[in-house]
Amino acid sequence: MTTVRESLNEALVACLQESPEVYFLGEDILDPYGGAFKVADGLSTQFSDRVITTPVSEAGIVGVGIGMALRGLRPVVEIMFGDFITLAADQLINHAAKIRWMSGDAARVPLVVRTPMGGGRGYGPTHSQSLEKHFLGVAGLRVVAVPSLEDPGALLCNAVLEDDDPVLFVEHKLLYPSAILPLDGRGDFDIVRRSNGYPDYQLQLHRSPKPSLTLVAYGYMAELAREAMRSMAYEKEIFCELIVPTQISPFKLESLYESAAQTKRVLVIEEGSQTMGWGAEVSARLHEDMPSTIKVGRIGALEMPIPAAIQLEAAALPSVEKIMNMAVALVA
Amino acid sequence: MEHSPEHADLYRKMLRIRLFEERLLDLFPGGQIYGTTHTYIGQEANAVGVLAAMQEGDLVVSNHRCHGHFLAYGGSMHALAAELLGRETGICGGRGGSQHIKWQEFFANGILGGTVPIAVGMAFAETTKQRNSVVFTFIGDGTLGEGVVYESLNMASLWNLPLFFVVENNRYAQSTPVELNLAGDICARFEAFGISAMELEARDVFEIMQCARENTPSVRAGEGPRALILHTYRFAPHSKGDDTRDPKEIEQYRAQDPLQLLAAGIENEERQQIEKEVAEEIAEAYTNAESDPQADPESLTFPLGGAS
Repeated sequence: MTTVRESLNEALVACLQESPEVYFLGEDILDPYGGAFKVADGLSTQFSDRVITTPVSEAGIVGVGIGMALRGLRPVVEIMFGDFITLAADQLINHAAKIRWMSGDAARVPLVVRTPMGGGRGYGPTHSQSLEKHFLGVAGLRVVAVPSLEDPGALLCNAVLEDDDPVLFVEHKLLYPSAILPLDGRGDFDIVRRSNGYPDYQLQLHRSPKPSLTLVAYGYMAELAREAMRSMAYEKEIFCELIVPTQISPFKLESLYESAAQTKRVLVIEEGSQTMGWGAEVSARLHEDMPSTIKVGRIGALEMPIPAAIQLEAAALPSVEKIMNMAVALVA
Repeated sequence: MEHSPEHADLYRKMLRIRLFEERLLDLFPGGQIYGTTHTYIGQEANAVGVLAAMQEGDLVVSNHRCHGHFLAYGGSMHALAAELLGRETGICGGRGGSQHIKWQEFFANGILGGTVPIAVGMAFAETTKQRNSVVFTFIGDGTLGEGVVYESLNMASLWNLPLFFVVENNRYAQSTPVELNLAGDICARFEAFGISAMELEARDVFEIMQCARENTPSVRAGEGPRALILHTYRFAPHSKGDDTRDPKEIEQYRAQDPLQLLAAGIENEERQQIEKEVAEEIAEAYTNAESDPQADPESLTFPLGGAS
């Protein structure tokens, strides 16, 4: 059984092997430590000259990555916790995202900034957030969220080796130990991949009847959504289709539109705080772009910092139960 | 002031910047120029002197006050004028304007300090390609207030990278005098990171040039970054109409104008010839730019191929 962490780690090895232009930078990433979440495990031993441990300087190291990318390298910068990405916001928004466009395509920034987001580990208000919402809609910056589906490493390889633009690559920390669900039908879901590169996935429970509700979720929320789909099918005979995008920004919503056209009901699930978040924009797009009226519900974190204590944190974040309750209300 | 065969050439280079910028400021009241600008009038000797040490393949990382650096780097005066006038022939087709330039190995961005770690990354990449190039990185005294500068100095020194930092201390961060926003010593900031730093009262372009030429070979040879602090003065406002400085102070500095100091050392006839040629060059650059087609909104593209 391959986990998401192993898949990402193997992808980094493959990228470093494949291209001498690939460099890996981050804090505490050298062996034997191998990074706070061990995604960098073994890299510095195998590629000692291209795996660079850095000072605790998030803005600085993202800037260094931009400079390297502008000069023909393909750097990967690890930010230890997604919460720290605020420190590099200027580099991502005012530099990485703009340089290619401002220069009229005279320069490119093939940079990947990888970072673990999300709660569920009791790390409290500054080590548990899903801050990617603040980087969505930044023109020139791609935001990709890895799910525990098919081949997470392929998604990372695509960002590192194929994408000539800056990518904020979001990894939910609860997904690292998760088993990957393959597309071959071994699990209890039928999964269809839509497009390549940064695909969308469509999931339905094996042999389930026509869905009456579309769920849309990325990253770890797609795992919660799957669990909710099982419970709803067996306990309430509500059948759903789940859409899992991997490119969160810019929007790619064709798969969602197709599903929503069938079900007419969509539940958007995100772990970031709900107000003015990803779900709000998805909802607006559904209303603007779909010819028929779509009933939309949203689930996100409560509008407060993420608390540390286990029962408080659970109350603040989305859960299977919250998804089910909202789903039942939508199909009623 | 010493004499050298480069005397006339340096004068021409500095005068090109001076007259280009003066013409630019003249255009604002007439409404021909949209947006803003930060002129280099008074500081010309810095870019011209420092970049005299530049070699083929070297990089320049500049800032909001970038026109002088760009012209000293060898950038096209016509393309710069066209960029400022919003023409499709501009350096970046009118997308970047005054502060955002990318041409060959020249990069400028309007975010203070944000360019410095990028310069460090460029220098890192140069070493991996064994290109022996130097990254000339220009910042000002105001930028010393930005934290990311110090993250960058740390890494530049830690990794022994080929950066030549130039601090142009023009004594004001926009309208705020340096005494009100800078504690301690500028050189000491670099020296704290193990970066050797020199400082000059930047009046004599020969002195600046000599200092840059003496101090860049070790940077090029991989012996680590160095810094040059140039105490300078801008004669024009920070931007356009935002000058609150005492006119007497400006006059005092104008009396020590590096350009006039240099002009005094050139024979009259040669000097007048240079002045005539440069004036013609400036007029032609602006006239051509003004007759170029306006940047076309149809040419706008969405980054990443998406509208979101």
